[in-house]
Amino acid sequence: MSLSSTVIDMIKGRIHSFESFGALDGPGIRFVVFMQGCPLRCLYCHNRDTWNMSGGKEYTSDEVFNEVKKYMNYLKFSGGGITVTGGEPTLQAEFVTDLFKKCKKAGIHTALDTSGFADIDKVKELLENTDLVLLDIKHGIKEKHKKLTGVSNDKIIEFAYYLCEKNIPVWIRYVLVPGYTDAPEDLESAAAIIGKLKNVQKVEVLPYHCMGAYKWDKLGYEYTLEGVREPTSEEIARASKILSEPLKRPFKNH
Amino acid sequence: MRQFMEQWKGFAEGNWCSEIDVRNFIQLNYKPYEGDESFLEGPTENTKKLWEKVTDLLNKERQNGGVLDIDTHTISTIVSHPPGYIDKDLEKIVGLQTDAPLKRAIMPFGGIRMVMKGCEAYGKKLDPNVVKIFTEYRKTHNQGVYDVYTPEMRRAKKAGIITGLPDAYGRGRIIGDYRRVPLYGVDRLIREKEAEFAHLEYDYIDADTVRDREELMEQIKALNELKKMAESYGFDISRPAANAQEAIQWLYFAYLGAVKEQNGAAMSLGRVSTFLDIYIERDLNEGKITEKEAQELIDHFIMKLRIVRFLRTPEYDRLFSGDPTWVTESIGGMSLDGRTLVTKTSFRVLNTLFNLGPAPEPNMTVLWSVHLPPAFKRFCAKVSISTSSIQYESDDIMRYHWGDDYGIACCVSAMRIGKQMQFFGARCNLAKALLYAINGGRDEMTGIQIAPKFAPVDTEYLDYDDVMERFDMVLDWVARLYMNTLNIIHYMHDKYAYERLQMALHDREVFRTMACGIAGLSVVADSLSAIKYAKVKPIRNENNLVVDYEVEGDYPKFGNNDDRVDDIATEIVRMFMNKLRKQRSYRNSIPTLSILTITSNVVYGEKTGNTPDGRKKGEPLAPGANPMHGRDINGALAVLNSIAKLPYEYAQDGISYTFSITPKALGREEAQRVDNLVALLDGYFHQGGHHINVNVFERQTLLDAMEHPEKYPQLTIRVSGYAVNFIKLTREQQLDVINRTIHELI
Repeated sequence: MSLSSTVIDMIKGRIHSFESFGALDGPGIRFVVFMQGCPLRCLYCHNRDTWNMSGGKEYTSDEVFNEVKKYMNYLKFSGGGITVTGGEPTLQAEFVTDLFKKCKKAGIHTALDTSGFADIDKVKELLENTDLVLLDIKHGIKEKHKKLTGVSNDKIIEFAYYLCEKNIPVWIRYVLVPGYTDAPEDLESAAAIIGKLKNVQKVEVLPYHCMGAYKWDKLGYEYTLEGVREPTSEEIARASKILSEPLKRPFKNH
Repeated sequence: MRQFMEQWKGFAEGNWCSEIDVRNFIQLNYKPYEGDESFLEGPTENTKKLWEKVTDLLNKERQNGGVLDIDTHTISTIVSHPPGYIDKDLEKIVGLQTDAPLKRAIMPFGGIRMVMKGCEAYGKKLDPNVVKIFTEYRKTHNQGVYDVYTPEMRRAKKAGIITGLPDAYGRGRIIGDYRRVPLYGVDRLIREKEAEFAHLEYDYIDADTVRDREELMEQIKALNELKKMAESYGFDISRPAANAQEAIQWLYFAYLGAVKEQNGAAMSLGRVSTFLDIYIERDLNEGKITEKEAQELIDHFIMKLRIVRFLRTPEYDRLFSGDPTWVTESIGGMSLDGRTLVTKTSFRVLNTLFNLGPAPEPNMTVLWSVHLPPAFKRFCAKVSISTSSIQYESDDIMRYHWGDDYGIACCVSAMRIGKQMQFFGARCNLAKALLYAINGGRDEMTGIQIAPKFAPVDTEYLDYDDVMERFDMVLDWVARLYMNTLNIIHYMHDKYAYERLQMALHDREVFRTMACGIAGLSVVADSLSAIKYAKVKPIRNENNLVVDYEVEGDYPKFGNNDDRVDDIATEIVRMFMNKLRKQRSYRNSIPTLSILTITSNVVYGEKTGNTPDGRKKGEPLAPGANPMHGRDINGALAVLNSIAKLPYEYAQDGISYTFSITPKALGREEAQRVDNLVALLDGYFHQGGHHINVNVFERQTLLDAMEHPEKYPQLTIRVSGYAVNFIKLTREQQLDVINRTIHELI
């Protein structure tokens, strides 16, 4: 073991990649960190190459923080910050907590893009250092959720309630996949979950796209959504209307 | 000579009344505008009808192979052609280069062969009398240059290590202070020039003084001709302009005179919006015109600038593709006293991109400062997102160097208006220079000895220090050869194709720069980085010439905000600039450097062999200061930061970066996209960036436009330093644009 790792013993994060100009994952310009590893198995995943926990490259939080600092200037002018996504960032909660603490100290807004599939006890400290959670609701119906992602949505709903209880600002993200998540009951059930959260600032409907399909192919996996079309703009608008509806109603406690 | 002219009524008096001092006039009279675009008006019926006519003509021009018509008989001068109109009843601003719109004139003073070839390329034959005059009786600039070139210069040009030089076409990049004509009227300008002429009577009249006297006399003649030209259209421009319409008309006549006489590569307009705004404001306040009419005047003026044409050859088009004229208008910026120079007319000029649709000309250049009014910033971003027609340059850097009344000539060359000019020097191919360093001065494509002979690299792997030492030596040679070549070119240009009208709109004492340039910076930086951080094995052919390279291992690449390679790029710029500074230059001009290729990166790439970074023979170099295609993998901001590290102090003729992004990658909603683009520009310029072309489009659109050009008559994109009609690019150029990095969602 090298001297530095025994003495400092800094936690390392397994990271898939960085994007210096993220404009889609939170307010303003975001420095985006893609963590490696994900417990979900979403059929439409466009970052299939982030699933495996052993991929990517290890970085210390200092190394990542130094990278973010290079772009301070853009983050400030835009009212942006850092977004940690994945993969599933809560799998490496300790590392992300460390990174977020450093960012917050430097005045950088922190956003966590997560599926919410996490043990609350393990992410409490991380959430204390998170300014905004971008929470994916993959599906509002338990069985369909399981079919779509490989896991049940119980844990995720619990996670969402916890965010509500702690009053941590949330942007809900919902991937609209024709034939999978766009049935009226799909949308209504997701809206019902959203309706129970008082901390939701925004709902973003993300149209399904197959631009990530080549990654499945490259890795030698079958892409089961082959042939699924992208939603039309009318469908997106309709879904958006249904899912945003709860935001307009006065909040009722769950 | 203090006389307050009646046309100046309502203007605040100042030094500008007694001296030629346009900046002072602007500073005392302009009204900064911090509001948004809601006051803007759409096109009038008149404008729509007129633009329709122009569109028809543009379509015909395209269907005709790129040139509508050529006047093959009349040697173009300020007064050579009778007045021409698009539609006399509709036009609020009049004047054409010849007697008909889009009919190109011949300007043989730069070189007769270019004119002959230009005519032939479009199925016309140049009048034999013109050929006779310019071969038997009147020497041209081109002839002058080739008479005195050394064999070494000819070899270097042929090999393509220095290339694109203005020895067969007009050098351009001179901006007349066209504003002087409306502000003072031509008579006053002539009187000033006569006084200057009288001052040039010395005890000993040496060659320089003779030249100055001759040039001044030519300037005076040009001003007299300008009056005559305006008269033929029914205007008396001997006196100052009395209202907005006259101000625009007078100013346009001055510019028109310049483009009737010079086919300079870049014939830039300067910085006229805020100047004109003063006249428009006065008329609006006095109730003489409405906002609608003000916009109409600007729309008609811009239409004229869109149809400026020069006769050029297919070879020229391969170098500077898409028929560009660089009618660059510099918009916005800040005053030295902290007020913004943005006025309503800054908005009105950009609004023409909506009223008339996108277009490559005039070359809309926003002088960006982080202090610009937020509403203006947002409007610019909106225009960029919908038209991809704007380039941005750092006013915060340039104001520090050039004050607050400079303009951009061509793409990125700043100069104080009416006080400074440059000798345009195209560029030297640094990628090739690096290959010469490895091959002992032999050309990697032909094996011919171009640089002085020295021992080639003979090691199994390339060694960084060894290659750098040799590169340094080659650059010493190139810098000397390059400067001497430019000295010859500009001596002859002054002698045989002097820009008498444009220089008449300058002060007598002009600050001159010798604007050198480089191509292939990112290839050189990546090559040196590969040599330093990976292992590069040279592959030799049977003549012991290194013709290829094997790269073992990975290495940091320019454009990823990695200091290891970005520092190499910066060091090369410093090194070459310092070598240029050692040279003696024509007319004691100050050497400067640009990192700009325009579209010549494609042709230069064709002439450059395999390079140690793994780039293959014939592949395009990256344009301007851009990283090589596809090698910038850390996202947009990483590239911007890499570019921003290049030192303006060592590249004062500009550092061009062309940026392309898809609308979706900028944000989900329009408002978000606008805000993000504004922040991106603020961040980049705050970081020290000098220039950025902003393109917002989908690759798919370009691919479709290649297949169905008829569907995209006005599709405009930014290439290195100018905007171009995509469908007018050569096929190679189109592919180069499509293959470059477009920041998008993955």
